[in-house]
Amino acid sequence: MSAVLHLLAHVGGRAIAVPADAVESVVDITKVVRAPRAHPAVRGLATLRSRVVTVVDTWRLLDLPAPDDESCRAIITVVDGHHHAVLVDTLEDVAPLDVQPLPPGLSLGWRWAAVATGSADRDGEPVLVIDIARLVETIVAAG
Amino acid sequence: MDDLLQEFIAETRETLAALSGEIVAWEADPADRGRLDAIFRFVHTVKGSCGFLDLPRLARLSHAAEDVLQAVRAGERAPDARLVTAVLAIIDRIGEIVEAIDAGAPLDDSGEDLLLAALTEKVEAAPLMLVAAEHAPGVAAPRAPARSIRLSVDLLDRMMNGVSEMVLARNELARRLRDSADPTLENAIDRLSLTVSELRDTVTRTRMQAIDSLFSALPRLVRDTAGVLDKKVSLAIDGADVELDREMIELLRDPMVHIVRNAIDHGIETPEERRRAGKPEAGRLAIAARQSGNRIIVEIADDGRGIDTARLVSKRIEQEPARAAELNALSERARLDLVFEPGLSTRDTVTATSGRGVGMDVVRTNVEQIGGTIKLRNVPGKGLTTTIEVPLTLAILSAVIISAGDDRYAVPRQAVEEIVAARSSAVRIDTVGDALLATVRGRRLPVVQLGAVLGTSDALGDMLMIVNLPGGSFALGVESVEDTQELVVKPVAPAVMAAGLYAGQMLPDTGVPLLLLDCAGVAAAAGVSFERVVVAEPEVEEPVAEGTPALMFEALDGQRRMIPLAAVERIEAVVAASIRQAGGRWWGTAREGVLALIVRDGVPPREGEAAALMLPGADTPTGYLVRRALDIVTYHDELLPSQDPAVRGILVLEGEPIEVIDPARLGDERAGEAAAPICLLQGEDTAWMEAMLTPLITAAGYRVARTLGAGEQAAVTLAVGDDAAADGQVVRLPRDPDTGRPLLDTDALASVLNMKAGR
Repeated sequence: MSAVLHLLAHVGGRAIAVPADAVESVVDITKVVRAPRAHPAVRGLATLRSRVVTVVDTWRLLDLPAPDDESCRAIITVVDGHHHAVLVDTLEDVAPLDVQPLPPGLSLGWRWAAVATGSADRDGEPVLVIDIARLVETIVAAG
Repeated sequence: MDDLLQEFIAETRETLAALSGEIVAWEADPADRGRLDAIFRFVHTVKGSCGFLDLPRLARLSHAAEDVLQAVRAGERAPDARLVTAVLAIIDRIGEIVEAIDAGAPLDDSGEDLLLAALTEKVEAAPLMLVAAEHAPGVAAPRAPARSIRLSVDLLDRMMNGVSEMVLARNELARRLRDSADPTLENAIDRLSLTVSELRDTVTRTRMQAIDSLFSALPRLVRDTAGVLDKKVSLAIDGADVELDREMIELLRDPMVHIVRNAIDHGIETPEERRRAGKPEAGRLAIAARQSGNRIIVEIADDGRGIDTARLVSKRIEQEPARAAELNALSERARLDLVFEPGLSTRDTVTATSGRGVGMDVVRTNVEQIGGTIKLRNVPGKGLTTTIEVPLTLAILSAVIISAGDDRYAVPRQAVEEIVAARSSAVRIDTVGDALLATVRGRRLPVVQLGAVLGTSDALGDMLMIVNLPGGSFALGVESVEDTQELVVKPVAPAVMAAGLYAGQMLPDTGVPLLLLDCAGVAAAAGVSFERVVVAEPEVEEPVAEGTPALMFEALDGQRRMIPLAAVERIEAVVAASIRQAGGRWWGTAREGVLALIVRDGVPPREGEAAALMLPGADTPTGYLVRRALDIVTYHDELLPSQDPAVRGILVLEGEPIEVIDPARLGDERAGEAAAPICLLQGEDTAWMEAMLTPLITAAGYRVARTLGAGEQAAVTLAVGDDAAADGQVVRLPRDPDTGRPLLDTDALASVLNMKAGR
């Protein structure tokens, strides 16, 4: 199995990896315009150069405690033609990873299970590989 | 070489499209040298290009056509219908071959010899005969092919994005430079600003195209369709210079072709039938485009037989007997709408052009997909008018920017009828049950508080926007209204769409995104719903379209009256204290200066403000004075007759009789107050008398005159001393023996005048 480039990040203290071809760019989100009555996991809209992106509150989506400081690092991904900024705690690195199936018997919880596609090993630390498009789509599915 | 070939193909294709209308026009008027030259040039260019591109077949065809056209130019041959048809066939063939080259597909050359033979003068060699339309289609002037290149819409979109980004960068730069306050830099940035703005306009315009590119193919389409069906059709095109989004034009093409074909096949009768019906032999097809706000309206009107709705219903019942009861109960309008049902065909035989029962439903779907509407106006025996209304562009919208709390939102300008201050005297807001009801100039509207819907604030806000939805209107309470901007609308992500409040997102120059509110969604979220009332009773719609809109106002005597809206140019506020009489007329001061006023049914108010309904067409701005304008009402009922000639009729509205003023009669009164009896001043002291007595005489209901016009008669003549009196009843004023001036006893004079006037 060949190694595929992945973007490594942390959300709620957990290490995740996102296939690099699903990532358009990584940015710092500054000003967010609220979108009242949209899904609670939608923090609002922000501008990325001349493009409007929808800012996704990843912690809310995965039912994790929000970080104390206003984190503004985000992964930009395009789902259904719409640009989304998926917020994360930190962004670490881009590295080739060997993706393995999830260890048998491991129960991730339904939120994570819906988006995880495999696992990998990064310097001894287990990393969960997630499908970022599916993560964004869970917002709509949850309605 | 490939590049050259591509260029040749694109150019030929473009010229072909522009040319087809020219050819038909030339056929109708063979003496038109300009058009003949245009066609000759095209064929000649093709021939020339074929030479060095090595395309022998095209060269042969174009060469033959060129020869024939040259002969026509030299006057050796007459351009009869057969010749034109043959030239058309050659040009079509050139088009086909060009498409085949582009697609890299083989095209067999059988038949080309026949086409060439048809160009010769021998009649029996003509394999193709089309019946020529007799009347000239409405192509106004020969066109010179525009210098143009083809671009993909994708590329344009990228340009548009680039320019938007540039605008943002410029704004950022300008902000930073303002802090540094260096005047030389400021000049430079101003120039940059200007250039960027111009560039943005240009790029926006690249998406626009004259609808001509859609219309130019129609003369040919009409000619061929009519020819196949043995009908005669004259085509009139209007508004070809109206511009709209390129993509929109492409999306309109199929619906247009379909409707035009339908009009000729189903609508316009054969010449024989038309003669019998007392119509001119050639049917008339009028196609017009116009812009109305940010919508484009395309009307396709024929003078054919219209749609036989009874037949439509029976046909439908034949197809679906189970629906018989439902179908028979339909209103006229709903019957007409059956045309849009899938699978319907009133044709008993399928023709080559239309009537296969696929069509109008697809047309409607296509038009609705691009945010448009399609309407039919049917007059059985007289014709059918199809109206397509589409937005100007898919992307740009005029938006009103409002703020609620710390956030700003956009509302489509088109949906906003009016914006009023919530505290203005014209607005009254009451709590009714748990809801708020706004009364704006007598009109009751449910209030939706934007802050409450968005969950940001409980306050009503300072401004009320009157928002129109398809089913009704409501007042949207917002904190403040900032400005109006033309912005590009992009769709919002599904996660945001799920809120049901937003129609799209926009990015203004500030770089802070804006959410475009979906007014229907906002109303629904607040529990305001207008749905289904109109849809359940579609008949109600019909008269609405044909009613007379009228302005309801409170007249000087406090009564509500109406005047046809068309007679009122605008409404001016008049300060009551400024209203006075002079020279036998009433005058008042408004924002734009002094207005002549028509005063009837009461006296002008002394204080506050009154309104002048400005009447068109007078030299002096003239207004009909009323206390205030109330509302615009559309009435459909017949008016009850009125005894007063100045009243067009009586309309009963909510049980109350309301006079509808006849604007033409208002004009009469204005035209010299002829109705007022004339008081003639006579003798050598008239100037002095006029100065002294005019107010008194006008107050008594007379018009002061020093001489009589033709046909005029004085009701009263004021004469001084023993001057000879001329006309009517004479009032003599004695002369003061000391001064020689007439003696004025104003009380006595007033009582005499009032008596004479019968008051």
